[in-house]
Amino acid sequence: MRKFKEFIIEKLILACGVASIFFVVLIFLFLVKEGLAVFRSVSFSHFMFGHKWYPISEPPHLGILPLILGSILVTIGAAVISVPIGVGCAVYIAEIAPLRVKEILKAGIELLAAIPSVVLGFVGMVTLVPLVKNIFHLPTGLTALSGSVMLAFMAMPTIVSIAEDALYSVPKNYKEGAFALGATHWQTIWRVMLPAASSGIVAAVMLGIGRVIGETMAVMMITGNAAILPKSILVPVRTLTATVAAEMGEAVVGSEHYFALFAIGIVLFVISFMINVTADLFLHRRP
Amino acid sequence: MVTFDIKDLSVQFGHIRALKKVSLAIHANEILSIIGPSNSGKTTFLRMLNRLNELHVKYRMEGAIRIGEDGLFRVDVELLRKRVGMVFALPLPLPFSVFDNVAYGVRMHGEKKKKSLDERVQKALQEAYLWEEVKDRLGESAFKLSGGQQQRLCIARTLAVEPEVILFDEPCSGLDPISTAKVEDAMLKLKSRYTIVLVTNNVKQAARVGDRTAFFLGGELIELDATEKMFTAPGDQRTDDYIRGKFG
Repeated sequence: MRKFKEFIIEKLILACGVASIFFVVLIFLFLVKEGLAVFRSVSFSHFMFGHKWYPISEPPHLGILPLILGSILVTIGAAVISVPIGVGCAVYIAEIAPLRVKEILKAGIELLAAIPSVVLGFVGMVTLVPLVKNIFHLPTGLTALSGSVMLAFMAMPTIVSIAEDALYSVPKNYKEGAFALGATHWQTIWRVMLPAASSGIVAAVMLGIGRVIGETMAVMMITGNAAILPKSILVPVRTLTATVAAEMGEAVVGSEHYFALFAIGIVLFVISFMINVTADLFLHRRP
Repeated sequence: MVTFDIKDLSVQFGHIRALKKVSLAIHANEILSIIGPSNSGKTTFLRMLNRLNELHVKYRMEGAIRIGEDGLFRVDVELLRKRVGMVFALPLPLPFSVFDNVAYGVRMHGEKKKKSLDERVQKALQEAYLWEEVKDRLGESAFKLSGGQQQRLCIARTLAVEPEVILFDEPCSGLDPISTAKVEDAMLKLKSRYTIVLVTNNVKQAARVGDRTAFFLGGELIELDATEKMFTAPGDQRTDDYIRGKFG
């Protein structure tokens, strides 16, 4: 009887394990099947590097270059803002802050991670967007810059918590060794702690960026959604994710437009996958 | 040459009393060995001398320490740690080349000129009796050296910033007998120019290299005398028991 119970439980757990992989594979296959269909009507290079995204004109123009550049621009902007602040915050929490401040800051960071992205988008829309508009005297504040700033807030919790972990796990000996040579606190941080934690910090940055690339709601609300080739960070852009979210409801099932949106899904999948693999490589590179 | 004068030093970490009213003097150009079982406070004592205990959050101390003529806490702490170098129990090479490891502290204190860096690295490696073994491998990763070589590399790194005192915290605990002998050799030769304080778990090591030996037990200094006397006619029964290996 006990053996039988053991057998059942083992198989149940096995089923759970297999199920998760099974669903991932199903989703992936479906994505590929629907997405690749677009290349019956558009060539690969035309799809990836075409300048025009007019999916419902006749004939449709399905070039996603403006969308890719939109995503990249917003992401780079977000990284430029969130990486220095995030890593700085991690250093402060791990190395400098007194115990009580540390607790408060960590709780605050977790709270930041808990804000739903639609709320961030909404808050950005009524506060940040008019601010950007007034500062740069623009016709509209719905720009790539606004998106970058908001997304920086979303990337920050990931970057801070993983980078802080990495700093925390630097062997105590390294720090003592540096101090014993007469290093100041800052020299110890800059020349010993940060280099020793570098792989973890790079992973933190990659995962933060991964979060930004995949984010949809906030960017859709505040980047302006104009599918044009962006010439600066102060113009409206449209990201890959926002395109899929905005247009999927209207696309006729089986149309070229519909397939093109799935193909965008594949592109996003490949980008996220590469970022995660890079992060993973750095995380496990500990010598 | 620098000396230490310690009066009624007590140290607490939280509720744990690590040192109780320890008073002793450290003379210039001697090797003072400190022996005692684990948790006897010997490492805490050593780390007082370069104020490394202060990294511990709940640390508290009482008593007075003088370095030369100055109060220990009146000296700028970075300058103090430059004057009072330390070699740790486990060799701790940084993930750089042999050269960069030795040049590390020197660069940190502001030396940039290639030529004088070269000179100081070579001098430090010679003093640590490592130069002959590594002079053709300066560009290699420090991790490629053997354990004993790594420990002497750490000694060289400490010497390169030109300290006056060197604290050794069980420097041979992870080394084989031959490497240990080489590190001990280096220590004996360094004595002429530096003051050395050696904490060791190895009683025989204290007998081999120490001019004077101090015995710590439970945070108290039990006995301090010339090494020869300590090992032939100790004044306290507990010292005798420990040296004979009856406990600890």
